Amino acid sequence: MTFELKPDHWRSAVKYSPFYNKIKEHDYLNKWHRWAEYTTADMLEDATVEYFAIRNSASIFDITPMSKYCIKGPDALDFMNRMLPRDMTKIKVGRVAYTVWCDDEGMVIDDGTVFRIKEDEYLLCAQERQMEVLRRNAIGFDVEYSEVTDDIAAISFQGPCTCKILKNMNLKDIETMKMFDVRFFDFPGGEIMISRTGYTGDLGYEIWVNNDQAEPLWDALFIAGKDYAMRPIGGDALQIARIEAGLIAAKVDFSPANETVRPGHAKSPYELDLGWLVKLDKGAVFNGRRALIKEQKNGSRYRFVRLDVEGNKPAENAYLFDKENGKNIGYVSSAAWAPTAKKNIALGFVDMPYGEVGDTVWAEIYYKKELKWNRRWAKCTVMDGPAWNPPRKTLTPPADF
Amino acid sequence: MKKYDVIVIGSGHNGLTSAAFLAKAGLDVLVVEKNEYIGGATVSRNLHEDWKYSNCSYVCSLFRPEIYRHLNLAKHGLQVVTYNGGFTLTDSGDYLGSYRDHEVMRREIKRHSPIDVDAYDRYYTDMAKWCRFIRPMLLRTPPDPTSFKFRDLDELRWLARKFYDLGPRDLHDFMRFFTVSVGDFMDQYFESDLIKAHKAGSAVVGTNLGPYSPGTAYVLLHHYMGDVDGAVGAWGFARGGMGAVSGALAGAVREFGGEIRTNAGVDQIMVKNGKVTGVRLQSGEEIFADRVVSNVDAKKTFLDMMDPKDAGEKVIKAAKRYKSRGSSGKLNIALSGVPTFTALPKGSELIKGDFHIVDNMEAYERAYDEWKEGMWSTSPYLDILIPTLTDPTMAPPGKHFMSVFVQYCPAKVKGQDWNDDLLKQFGDSVINNIAKYSPDIKDLIEHVEVRSGAVIDREIGLTEGNIFQGELSLNQLMFNRPFPGYAQYRGPVNGMYMSGSSNHPGGGVMGAPGANSAREILIDMNISTTVPEDEGDD
Amino acid sequence: MTDRMNNTYDAIIVGGGHNGLVCGAYLAKAGKKVIVLEANKHVGGGAVTSELSYGKKISSCAHFLNQLNQKVAKDMDLAAHGLKLAASDLSTIALAADGNHMHLSRNDVSGGGVSSDDAEKYKKFMSLMHEYASTLGFLIDIPPIDIFNLDWDDKVAAMKLGWKLRFGLGAEKMSEFLRLISMNIRDVLDDEFDNELLKGALSFDAVLGTHTGPYSPGNFLNFLYRIAAGNNGAVDVPVGGMGAVTSAMKNSSIASGAEIRTDAPVQKINVEKCAVTGVTLQNGEVLNAAIVISNVNLKTTVLELVSTKHFEADFVKRTTEIRMRGAAAKLHIALGDLPEFAGLEQSDLKNRLVIAPNQQEVERAFNHAKYGETSERPMMEISIPSLVDGSLAENGHVLSAIVQYAPYNLKGGWTDAAKAAFLETCINRIGEYAPDIRKHIEHAEIITPKDMEDQFGLVGGNWHHGELTLDQMLMLRPVPEASRYALPLDGMYICGAGAHPGGGIMGAAGRNAAQAILKGEAS
Repeated sequence: MTFELKPDHWRSAVKYSPFYNKIKEHDYLNKWHRWAEYTTADMLEDATVEYFAIRNSASIFDITPMSKYCIKGPDALDFMNRMLPRDMTKIKVGRVAYTVWCDDEGMVIDDGTVFRIKEDEYLLCAQERQMEVLRRNAIGFDVEYSEVTDDIAAISFQGPCTCKILKNMNLKDIETMKMFDVRFFDFPGGEIMISRTGYTGDLGYEIWVNNDQAEPLWDALFIAGKDYAMRPIGGDALQIARIEAGLIAAKVDFSPANETVRPGHAKSPYELDLGWLVKLDKGAVFNGRRALIKEQKNGSRYRFVRLDVEGNKPAENAYLFDKENGKNIGYVSSAAWAPTAKKNIALGFVDMPYGEVGDTVWAEIYYKKELKWNRRWAKCTVMDGPAWNPPRKTLTPPADF
Repeated sequence: MKKYDVIVIGSGHNGLTSAAFLAKAGLDVLVVEKNEYIGGATVSRNLHEDWKYSNCSYVCSLFRPEIYRHLNLAKHGLQVVTYNGGFTLTDSGDYLGSYRDHEVMRREIKRHSPIDVDAYDRYYTDMAKWCRFIRPMLLRTPPDPTSFKFRDLDELRWLARKFYDLGPRDLHDFMRFFTVSVGDFMDQYFESDLIKAHKAGSAVVGTNLGPYSPGTAYVLLHHYMGDVDGAVGAWGFARGGMGAVSGALAGAVREFGGEIRTNAGVDQIMVKNGKVTGVRLQSGEEIFADRVVSNVDAKKTFLDMMDPKDAGEKVIKAAKRYKSRGSSGKLNIALSGVPTFTALPKGSELIKGDFHIVDNMEAYERAYDEWKEGMWSTSPYLDILIPTLTDPTMAPPGKHFMSVFVQYCPAKVKGQDWNDDLLKQFGDSVINNIAKYSPDIKDLIEHVEVRSGAVIDREIGLTEGNIFQGELSLNQLMFNRPFPGYAQYRGPVNGMYMSGSSNHPGGGVMGAPGANSAREILIDMNISTTVPEDEGDD
Repeated sequence: MTDRMNNTYDAIIVGGGHNGLVCGAYLAKAGKKVIVLEANKHVGGGAVTSELSYGKKISSCAHFLNQLNQKVAKDMDLAAHGLKLAASDLSTIALAADGNHMHLSRNDVSGGGVSSDDAEKYKKFMSLMHEYASTLGFLIDIPPIDIFNLDWDDKVAAMKLGWKLRFGLGAEKMSEFLRLISMNIRDVLDDEFDNELLKGALSFDAVLGTHTGPYSPGNFLNFLYRIAAGNNGAVDVPVGGMGAVTSAMKNSSIASGAEIRTDAPVQKINVEKCAVTGVTLQNGEVLNAAIVISNVNLKTTVLELVSTKHFEADFVKRTTEIRMRGAAAKLHIALGDLPEFAGLEQSDLKNRLVIAPNQQEVERAFNHAKYGETSERPMMEISIPSLVDGSLAENGHVLSAIVQYAPYNLKGGWTDAAKAAFLETCINRIGEYAPDIRKHIEHAEIITPKDMEDQFGLVGGNWHHGELTLDQMLMLRPVPEASRYALPLDGMYICGAGAHPGGGIMGAAGRNAAQAILKGEAS
């Protein structure tokens, strides 16, 4: 499946994931768009139905298009520790770190997961492309880095029944995996990698295989999960789940610092409510450290807020105000009706010092009914954490259903 | 005897832009043009049978959309059609394509240099930053840094604020960008020489500099900061050739009641008691006006059209020092069919874009070295377009027109004036270069027009054929353009103004100097302005 | 315990070049316990005198003293510490092929077919240059202004700059300055003068030590810099060669209480918990200090001495982008007797002799350097210091020349054969003006940019630890984050030529760095 780049590669501007044919079997809508070079399904049947597979049973989402990089070499740990604000010495082999990474100004370039595969080997998984970022980070380090996006097929397997289904596949001790564990399991064609990670705020796993293992894996999952209402899903369902879980998305909730043109439009980890990832006292230099120390001292510009929005009108793209018809203090970056939490929720940003937990802000919502635009003021309450954060997300061993 | 409010000398696009805004403000405006046709370097001409040529400027991107709209140029027949892509041919028989689609572009970079794959995005982001920074300055008058007038101080404050708002990193990066050579600038992003050469191409176009001369990165931006319908960096064709631009502007001038006279070359700007009184044509006829706007370049304006006593010693000296060296040439070729470029796969659409020869930086720099010695480059940088693949109006059906811009080509060949023989040698050398990549091109040629800087100078009055009406070097930008003290579109005598590309923000079919000059005249006359402000992009 | 105490300093300076010595002297004077560590057997860096042959000695890198910072000379009282001038305010003689040479002094030019018009213009031009130099010279002695964190000194400096430009120079000269500042020397000179030899000689001043030719924009500023930095452009020769300058600096530093250790190459600069703690020498010895000042160029400091992992990535990237290409070689000749230069009296020969017949030729010579070739017809600045300083050669003479252009990255490398070939080219070139030189040559050698890197630690063979171009000057020098001498690493500083105001035997960078450190401590 590796793409040979011939002079006429432009004849097809789209790549097909190794799971493509399998997904196609479940696709009734043909609603696809491009995600990086790959085509990815937005919806296969119905977004809400697919969403409930995440929260109710088991869902499969093809994450092959994620940008994946292998970083290895004697300096791999130092390299990671310098690039990432987390204390990477604490991430042992077999563990995964969710993290952001910043530029020197402390602005977030992207977020993603870092898998410590061996003492001196990591897999970095991100939404956006990072070759240039890795290149500048690698200066002076004894590491090799390469993009492995096309070499690794991956699915995100999420939902309360996923552990049970994997157990049905006879993956030994899968139930002992804690959140952010990564392990290797035997599978025809060679070991496969499974991490207990995801982007849904629920119990779930991500499964990483060679391209030619993709279809056998798919089939094996469906055999093991035939009694658990499992189904493939599209990106729209995932969006609902991640907003409900309060998780941010690059180029939706924040603009990657290395692609941001306008001064002041990038965000720091603190401004994304990800300050917990930043270990200023880890005793090692990391990108953005000096700027973030300064920010800690002088205060941030913005605050990331998760909002419980009154009423049922989706707050997408709404402006935020301190009171009705008051001062514009921010904007909504993502919004959705949360089907499990049964709340109208939004993620967004307000200027400091607004938006402390429990505070009220106002959203000016524009919505359309039968082609006619309406406007409504909605009172929003700043929530303490995500709208949906079930104990089963972290429970080990997970329950079967 | 009729007396005009304003006479504009030269009907290039800036002269017409200025005239149109002035006429729109209710002034009685006359544009005088030495040639029998209007447009200056913004022309479409019939030089061979049924072919219509953009025989000087040939593509459109920098033209300010605000001018387009406020003068209603669409109504007067201007259509700018964007084109897609382009490519650089390599000596090895391959090509590097430019694609609008990000993923395809990325893949193409990857095909040539995997390590550079995402560097392109970083490059693009940085260029977008500088475009965003510089574009709002185009429709503004540069402040005089030595002045204590409120307006100058206020403008300086605006500029300082803009710089300050960039923040430390971007400000420093911008200062580096502004002063560095395009070669060194490319080194900051790319490892592949081919990608560097592909991107750096336009950075030395129309300059007397090589790709490793400091200051050339800015020239790159000058070619990058335009847009077509909001797509920054995109280029387009004026349907019907560049004459459509001047045609539409002339339409606007006339709509607002302005007059245009061709075959009316100006001999001298008449001055009495330190005040402009009008112009004397080469025919001896005198036309009177309170204000005269020269759209001619700074050298010719002050050295040829003014009595040195009127201009003053200081201005004469500065005009002599104003640099407008010719460094480019052009071939306009009538073709009986579309030439084959063997490197391009069948069906490639890229040939509809602009394409280049010179696939490495050293060759590019060596091309410059030859020019320094008074020769045209044996392997020049070529910017080639076949507009007839997009615009059906320019050649008989099935036939094509190819525009070949050549960098470098000297104003004089080893000190010798250009003659027909030299033109032929030069033309043949260029065609032989193209034929290395296109085996059938020679068989398809029906007619070639070879234009050196000297030809362009003679025909449309750009000194040495410099396409920018004066080099775009750092010492001739902003408040130094054309020279200190005269960067606000006002000449050395009362009632005299300048509207050409010799003034801020410089050359290219932009219209900004023309619009800015009109604004200054209206300010001096206390008439509310018709000239739009930059619309901004935040 | 006592051992540890002995090994602990307030500040450690890595590199005993002139800026390191100057920095050490200022810090010691302020009561700091300072040690200067030098890898070689002797201090001096690029300002050293060494044995050539048969007991003859030569300034082996820099050979004229034309930019020594007068504040440094005074504060360190170099005269009292042994610095004597053998000759001062030497004039320049631009050699002409026809023997009609041109004599240039600070304000006057004669000979070489120069017209009275040009001579008159020269006077005016040079006086304008000196006016610019004296107006802006103060910028040399202060750190670049940081407009985003203006402290009181910055505000004063900014106002001073504005005031001097606008009222010191006046509107017209200020405008002219703003026009000139980014120009190439060629256009400036062509606008001003007619005489080719005059323009050639002056253009050579602009390109000396740079990787530019007369046509390269921005090098007018290098021309001005030569005048503004230090000594108003006067060219001096110290007794005992350039080594005498650094030797005086060394004496002065020691007198101020600084410790100097030679033969002490630093292996690495130690960092713990995001702050420097000292250095480890190559012999394993550890010296402690909360402040380490590197007189080594920034690239080497960051990439090798400290290691990139102690810096943030964008800073490292920018550091690697510093251009430091040397394009000048050094020619040393031991002469049995003085050669005869056609058209010159023996008394003329003590002056600065320049081979740069016209701008076009200088540019042609530069063309080669762009492509990794040596110039076919190189340009030269020649000194015969033994004429003014007998201590360099008891009998006979020594000739020292800076030769341009010889690129650092010569295609095929600087092999012995390549060196020998270029040596021949150079001798032949002098031979054009002094046909009998060959018969007086006892020994001749060429020091290539590569040799300068190996012998004097000038990476890339660049005298300035980073080319002095517009994009690498003032607050952009060596990179914006390090322009105020402090690196983005607690306790780490630079004091070398790579920092503002750049190279040449000035000492200003060392002085500015010391003051920045002392000021940082005070606040």
